[in-house]
Amino acid sequence: MSAPSLSATPSGTDQGDAAMKPGAEVVLQALKDQGVEVIFGYPGGAVLPIYDALFQQNHIRHILVRHEQAAVHAAEGYARSTGKVGVVLVTSGPGATNAVTGLVDALMDSIPIVCLTGQVPTHLIGNDAFQEADTTGITRPATKHNYLVKRSEDLAAVLHDAFHIARSGRPGPVVIDLPKDILIKPAPYAPPPKPGAPHRSYRPVLDPDPAAIREAVRLLKGARQPIIYTGGGVINAGPEASALLTEFVRLTGMPCTNTLMGLGAFPASDPQFVGMLGMHGTYEANMCMWQCDVMLNIGARFDDRITGRLDKFSPNSKKIHADIDPSSINKNVKVEVPIVGDAARVLRALIAAWKEDATPFSRAQIEPWWRRIEEWRAIRCLAFTQDMTPGAIIKPQHAVKRLFEITRETGRDVIVSTEVGQHQMWAAQYIGFEKPNKWLTSGGLGTMGYGLPAAMGAQIANPDALCIDVAGEASILMNIQEMGTLAQYRLPVKVFILNNEYMGMVRQWQELLHGGRYSESYSDALPDFVKLADAFHAKGLRARSIEELDPVIREMIAHPGPVIADICVAKDENCFPMIPSGAAHNEMILGPDQEKNAARVTDEGKVLV
Amino acid sequence: MAGTDTRTATIAVLVENEAGVLARVIGLFSGRGYNIDSLTVAPVDAEGRLSRITIVTSGTEMVIEQIKAQLDRLVPVHKVSDLTLEGPHLVRELALIKVVGRGEHRVEALRLADAFRARVVDATTESFVFEMTGNAEKIDAFLALMRPLGLAEVSRTGAVAIARGTRQIAA
Ligand SMILES: Cc1cc2nc3c(=O)[nH]c(=O)nc-3n(C[C@H](O)[C@H](O)[C@H](O)COP(=O)(O)OP(=O)(O)OC[C@H]3O[C@@H](n4cnc5c(N)ncnc54)[C@H](O)[C@@H]3O)c2cc1C
Ligand SMILES: Cc1ncc(C[n+]2csc(CCOP(=O)(O)OP(=O)(O)O)c2C)c(N)n1
Ligand SMILES: [Mg+2]
Repeated sequence: MSAPSLSATPSGTDQGDAAMKPGAEVVLQALKDQGVEVIFGYPGGAVLPIYDALFQQNHIRHILVRHEQAAVHAAEGYARSTGKVGVVLVTSGPGATNAVTGLVDALMDSIPIVCLTGQVPTHLIGNDAFQEADTTGITRPATKHNYLVKRSEDLAAVLHDAFHIARSGRPGPVVIDLPKDILIKPAPYAPPPKPGAPHRSYRPVLDPDPAAIREAVRLLKGARQPIIYTGGGVINAGPEASALLTEFVRLTGMPCTNTLMGLGAFPASDPQFVGMLGMHGTYEANMCMWQCDVMLNIGARFDDRITGRLDKFSPNSKKIHADIDPSSINKNVKVEVPIVGDAARVLRALIAAWKEDATPFSRAQIEPWWRRIEEWRAIRCLAFTQDMTPGAIIKPQHAVKRLFEITRETGRDVIVSTEVGQHQMWAAQYIGFEKPNKWLTSGGLGTMGYGLPAAMGAQIANPDALCIDVAGEASILMNIQEMGTLAQYRLPVKVFILNNEYMGMVRQWQELLHGGRYSESYSDALPDFVKLADAFHAKGLRARSIEELDPVIREMIAHPGPVIADICVAKDENCFPMIPSGAAHNEMILGPDQEKNAARVTDEGKVLV
Repeated sequence: MAGTDTRTATIAVLVENEAGVLARVIGLFSGRGYNIDSLTVAPVDAEGRLSRITIVTSGTEMVIEQIKAQLDRLVPVHKVSDLTLEGPHLVRELALIKVVGRGEHRVEALRLADAFRARVVDATTESFVFEMTGNAEKIDAFLALMRPLGLAEVSRTGAVAIARGTRQIAA
């Protein structure tokens, strides 16, 4: 295609102060004008001009991580816990490639990130120069959008554009590749375009079509067995959306379930909450999905962890799907009523339309449905038995449950992140979230190593909060180096390791689907986590048996600095309920007694992950 | 569930004329496993900095709807239009076709070219280069006839398309 032109110039840009300053200073000015307070980064040759400019200012705080992947996860934790854009700064080549996992993670989970990458000077691009990588090429499928700034005139506009793209519509990560000469040469600066100025080409639809809203209300008022299923999109839409969701659910009296990414949008303690749905969701939530006659999906994407076997997914329901991204609608599951719009605006419109609509709706109409839900609930699918005699082995479920109960007693603002595996699912099952933005987990990519840096980013944004990473002993080693960052910035993050000495989630699948051949899933030669904490200037604690659990949790919370709590838990516990891959919602395995059902998983099911 | 019938769609996409936009579109198709039967691109509006991409693809109705939605969410994409769905439209492709041969074959090639309204744009005593525009089927038919007559080389542009009548695609 023809020479690059400045596509990014958002219309409505003020001419602003045309004074020239070095590109690196223009970058920092743009960040400041975008309201950026913190960036997570790691220096290197190509970004030295930015580091030099950072040194000479006081507006933006730089947090030096120990690995670029962690910089992105920290920015994700910062973003998810505040609703702001998380900002990352890395050098060219290996700095940029190290960031890629974090970028894909943010892409999958719709997290707004702006990542600045250094690049070799423009005249060397394409020459296999030292620490050159085709960053825009590599990150094209890893980002919502990316830019290579080749002309100083474009620099300020590209930065402002990147923030707009990262946070509007369906949020996501944006990369700006910055050649070193562009950072050094003088460049003009222009302030951000006026809010609401239309973008040249990117204009997501925010307001729902009123006719679709009326049709949704008509279906919902006629429902006998409704379910409201919401996801990460409600969190993305800001805390107001969660408040509106709560209002709408209570107004209608209908049951509500949340995805892993949507936890906290509706208060877990509310009697209308039926728990998380999906592969490791509750029996009642999945039975609601299986049996419902009308399904209202707001900001969830019919992920395969939710639908299970597609041709058997909720066979008898009429489906309404509201999502800001039209490509999420009718992607996996065909729906009767598509609604494109922002979750908060959709919910506000639904509430108004529900009240306006003259069709009577009485709770009596869904009373029999609630009676069935109560029967499903009575199965108590998350129940487990913990032997309380001193010396007894700690069950991982019990450890999480006590962590939840004891942290709740403190009355503090608690933010929980996780790594990936069984511990992640137990955290989702046994910790109740009453509010949005308190739960940070890698859902779409399932990135082991996410939790510690994410908790770190959340702690920076919420200095008074109690930030806890519920971890597995395998996952934590994937970004353990960030203990150094915690020490440097005195971040009192608590790492709560459910140490089962196995890659438990892998071991579980091997047990259920591969004949118990535990190929390479044992966590051999583990470090002594207490000594490891010590080496990183943190406090190390260990609970070996049940009587040590509560005291360790309390000591962990009471300690003013970072802590690693090594909780030695049962090694062979499986995470239930579970819908084996390729199965339908009514083929759920509830507990160990039903494990043999998994033996029936077909090869077709086994190819699924 | 969604039907399994497939159809062909000719999709016009107005995009920012900028580096990388073609890579985004092609990456989208390869990354998500969609078919590209043909893809063409060229700047169409220098002042407005716009290029137009024409993609011919095929899939189930659900897949084609998904392709359009995925294209539309690319940041530099202004407009996505499913010409096949939206009504009567013209599809044209240009081909340059080299036929090498002597004697009877040569005469026959020229006669057929005339019938197909292919123009001779280069000739030697042993070869012709024909230029032909039309839809893909017409060009395919012509190529099939040329094969036994000494078809040596083909260069095709892929389809470009536009709606009939007053209907327009604007950014
Ligand atoms: C080991 C493991 C096990 C898992 N098991 C489960 C499980 O049992 N249950 C489960 O639920 N998940 C599970 N997951 C997570 C799962 O993989 C998906 O990440 C998750 O289900 C997706 O959540 P979501 O549908 O809410 O979509 P998200 O990925 O959060 O996507 C959000 C959707 O909302 C839309 N959106 C964004 N912003 C807005 C807005 N402002 N307004 C409206 N819409 C908006 C987006 O376009 C998108 O479609 C598991 C993950 C792992 C790693
Ligand atoms: C980066 C990465 N590599 C591999 C996997 C596959 N995987 C998913 S869970 C898991 C085991 C995690 O073990 P641990 O952290 O001990 O958690 P547990 O399941 O035992 O609670 C693995 C290897 C992954 N999700 N991420
Ligand atoms: Mg483990």
